[in-house]
Amino acid sequence: MVRTMKLLGALAVTVGLLSTPAMAAGLSGAGGTAIYPVLSKWAEQFKNETQTAVNYQAIGSGGGIAQIKAKTVDFANSDKPLTPDDLKAAGLVQFPAVIISITPVVNLEGVKPGEMVIDGPTLADIYLGKITDWDNAAIKKLNPNMKLPHTKISVVYRSDGSGTTFNFTDYLAKMSPEWKQKVGSDTSVSFPVGVGGKGNAGVAQYVNQIKGAIGYVEYAYVQENKMTYTRMINAAGATVEPTLATFSAAAANADFSKVEDFYLILTNQPGKDSWPITAATYMLMRKDYPAAQNGGVLKFLDWCLKKGQEQAKALAYVPLPDSVVKQVETAWTKELIGPDGKPEWQGN
Amino acid sequence: MADVALNRSAESPRSAWFDGVFKAATWFFAVAILVILGAIIVSLLISALPAIGRFGFGFFVSTAWNPVKEDFGALPAIYGTLITSFFAMLIGIPVMFGVALYITELCPRWLKRPIGTMIELLAAIPSIIYGIWGLFVFAPWFQSGIEPWIIDTFGGIPLVGALFNAPPLGIGYFTAGLILAIMVLPFMASVTRDVFETVPTMLKESAYGIGATTWEVMWNIVLPTTRIGVIGAVMLGLGRALGETMAVTFVIGNAHQLNLPVLMPGTSISATLANEFAEATTVMYRSSLFYLGLILFVITFIVLAIAKTLLIRLQQRAGG
Amino acid sequence: MSRRMSIAIALTVVLLVLALLSLWFESVAGAVVAGLLILWAWASALWERLPPYPRRRATNYVVLALSYGATGLGLMCLALILATLIWNGLGAVSLDFFTESTPASGNTGGGMLNAIYGSAVMTLVGTLVGSPIGILAGTFLAEYGRGNKIAPVIRFINDILLSAPSIIVGLFIYELIVLRTGHFSGWAGSAALAILVVPVVVRTTEDMLNLVPGSLREAAFALGTPKWRVIVTVTYRAAMQGMLTGVMLAVARISGETAPLLFTAVNNQFWTTNMNDWMPNLPVAIFQFALSPDANWQQLAWGGALLITVTILGLNILARVLTSGRSFGR
Repeated sequence: MVRTMKLLGALAVTVGLLSTPAMAAGLSGAGGTAIYPVLSKWAEQFKNETQTAVNYQAIGSGGGIAQIKAKTVDFANSDKPLTPDDLKAAGLVQFPAVIISITPVVNLEGVKPGEMVIDGPTLADIYLGKITDWDNAAIKKLNPNMKLPHTKISVVYRSDGSGTTFNFTDYLAKMSPEWKQKVGSDTSVSFPVGVGGKGNAGVAQYVNQIKGAIGYVEYAYVQENKMTYTRMINAAGATVEPTLATFSAAAANADFSKVEDFYLILTNQPGKDSWPITAATYMLMRKDYPAAQNGGVLKFLDWCLKKGQEQAKALAYVPLPDSVVKQVETAWTKELIGPDGKPEWQGN
Repeated sequence: MADVALNRSAESPRSAWFDGVFKAATWFFAVAILVILGAIIVSLLISALPAIGRFGFGFFVSTAWNPVKEDFGALPAIYGTLITSFFAMLIGIPVMFGVALYITELCPRWLKRPIGTMIELLAAIPSIIYGIWGLFVFAPWFQSGIEPWIIDTFGGIPLVGALFNAPPLGIGYFTAGLILAIMVLPFMASVTRDVFETVPTMLKESAYGIGATTWEVMWNIVLPTTRIGVIGAVMLGLGRALGETMAVTFVIGNAHQLNLPVLMPGTSISATLANEFAEATTVMYRSSLFYLGLILFVITFIVLAIAKTLLIRLQQRAGG
Repeated sequence: MSRRMSIAIALTVVLLVLALLSLWFESVAGAVVAGLLILWAWASALWERLPPYPRRRATNYVVLALSYGATGLGLMCLALILATLIWNGLGAVSLDFFTESTPASGNTGGGMLNAIYGSAVMTLVGTLVGSPIGILAGTFLAEYGRGNKIAPVIRFINDILLSAPSIIVGLFIYELIVLRTGHFSGWAGSAALAILVVPVVVRTTEDMLNLVPGSLREAAFALGTPKWRVIVTVTYRAAMQGMLTGVMLAVARISGETAPLLFTAVNNQFWTTNMNDWMPNLPVAIFQFALSPDANWQQLAWGGALLITVTILGLNILARVLTSGRSFGR
């Protein structure tokens, strides 16, 4: 009995030594899956350079917003910007980090990446459940030279609260009044048909598995997993491929100086080279966190905005132009004031 | 036997005092179990209150699920939970009988233990393994091989066909039910086997003696005797199937819709919780999820209570 | 005319109508199935016409064949699952798997070291916390519970807790610990696992203690030993093997649990030993990796799945081997 007690005691001490009383020096974040491919690479490099671990859980934009409101994370990410009123009510600030692009992907026998063309109204009808087969007249019209099989279309959407869904449904609402009225646009909507995948990863997974499927994912997932993407017809009527060039063309229209709290929706931008579905992805921080905590986050974000750009471009994310980076830094100095009245961002 | 009434005080008063301490300690931790369950129920209730207040019993029949408009309904989730469990039972119960019959009557002596162990090993496989096996191995095979055949065959039949008209996705209610069947089979089979083995050999031998076939012994002697225990085993399997999370989440398709065709995707209560809890931003959203959890807990509770009562009655009968 | 005959005729009429309708609706396969059902209805009607003994024998053979088939089906599923795990997971298991932490998305290589460590630690803590509670509670039910009105209630509640959906336990701990402390942590994950350990250990402890023959206890009492000492030095020692098996089974159970960790410990990309931090763990890592389209991550997920399954199966087999040779009194 005594020996057992000694053994248990030793175990308890070991376990106690394993944990330190306070939170580790690392940072924690949660949010959308759209930014995850590049954010995980940023975190890895940041750790190599500064020994600070940034742990990010991609649980969906909705999840990120929930967690930062519950104060369980240091920062959050969301592809759907919060309105200035929501920000004030929750005591949060938001700034864009990088520009993402959303691409439709398909899984159809004999169709190669970039071969199929699709446009907004057709996409809306597919997601409304009005177009049920791949050889429908509307799709045939856009792809006159393709042999389309008589396969049922299996729609895949996001089952979790997603900024990607927000931007995608915003685009559909702009393209189809019926969609706007019936379904609307938000991080989580009642999709009339289809199956729900969890995260960009889940949608990609289902599209890869299910023959005849169509889904929407952030472009980095298309690139990393060599998925069959489609071309789209943009606002100017031109057919565009999803590439860094077309994404950048769309992003060039983003003028953050005219809006409050960087609230800007970038879908369906004008320009003959623009990709129709792009969006800025935002980082959210709490105003009432201690200066040291926010300072750590800002150090990481500053690194991402400056040193992380090459990584971002490699994965076809559009980096923010320098003018916008300056605007973001100004916002940091103005919005994140410590209790002593001094800004938490000291500049570098 | 355990509680021999010799509660003699020990040699020294200090030991006697420790006797009381020890008894109190064991009592304390036993009651702690009650407290834990009570705390879980209370915590669920408190968190679900806002939703209960807003939706009341209409929650059970509403098919809405709109986090934006904050309109929630439990019907698709409850339906999904019930129908996947129904399929699990539909497929699992015959197989359970077959396995139990085999092990008790047909199996050579030396094979009984190994086969019994192997069936029980199916129970040891964690549910997430079933989930990924279902998604990566079973669903594609089902989608390309079996489903188109089912849809073509049964989809055309008037009336019944509506149950089968769906695009071949590979995932959905039926797949989830199948995976659940494999998961609950070992529990049900081993309890049924144990229950079958309580039948007095004398009874069975008498029946064999007058020329009954194995099947007739099973049907006329064993099953009537063990009726209660078998139902108890089924209830235990049902309880497990109702609450299963990971296996179902992978293969049910996460569609918050009430779909009639059995091959369509849907959702279950536990799959909804697993998918959406982390991102419930508003109080009403989170509260609705807790309301769902409460409903699941109550359903499981009722099923388990019935199972326990039946099994206790069987034990009493067997004991005398 | 026998009842079965009339049923067969009625069914034939109905099914012929259905078959014709199916052909009308262009479902040839549907017509074929209807035809088969008609055949089956007639076969079962004619079955009755067999003389009694051959009929009984035939029925017997059919049922026995079905039960062979059922057992074969069950074993085949086990074999399929294990084969899939080994086929897909073996490729992932290498030295790197055990020495490197989880990689970022899109990278190659990496391992599951942090997840393995986190799972091991949380399982250990959960077991260390839950087992004493379970053992003492089981002792109460076995040694002091006879005649006590509260014991059957506790047994019943324990079985409820045993079969409660583990996701509910996760939600409970989220409310209790995560929201109070303000962050996810390994401690919260361990607490959820501890709640899952308790009912298993209570059940096995009580069963094992009840199996200890009363003569052992009586002998100790006859020597004037106080009750607590009898329990600790005699009864526990006699049932030790069984109780340890119970703990082993509890460990096996919580090693594979994913749902309770989803909202308590979450997961962590990096190596950490800080229990106050988000704790990496195998089940949630497998969940994330398997659902991603990243081929490297999927490979790691299979490897992790193989590791968990082998561990749990090993523990179960070990437990079985230990209890098969149990004996009491030394």
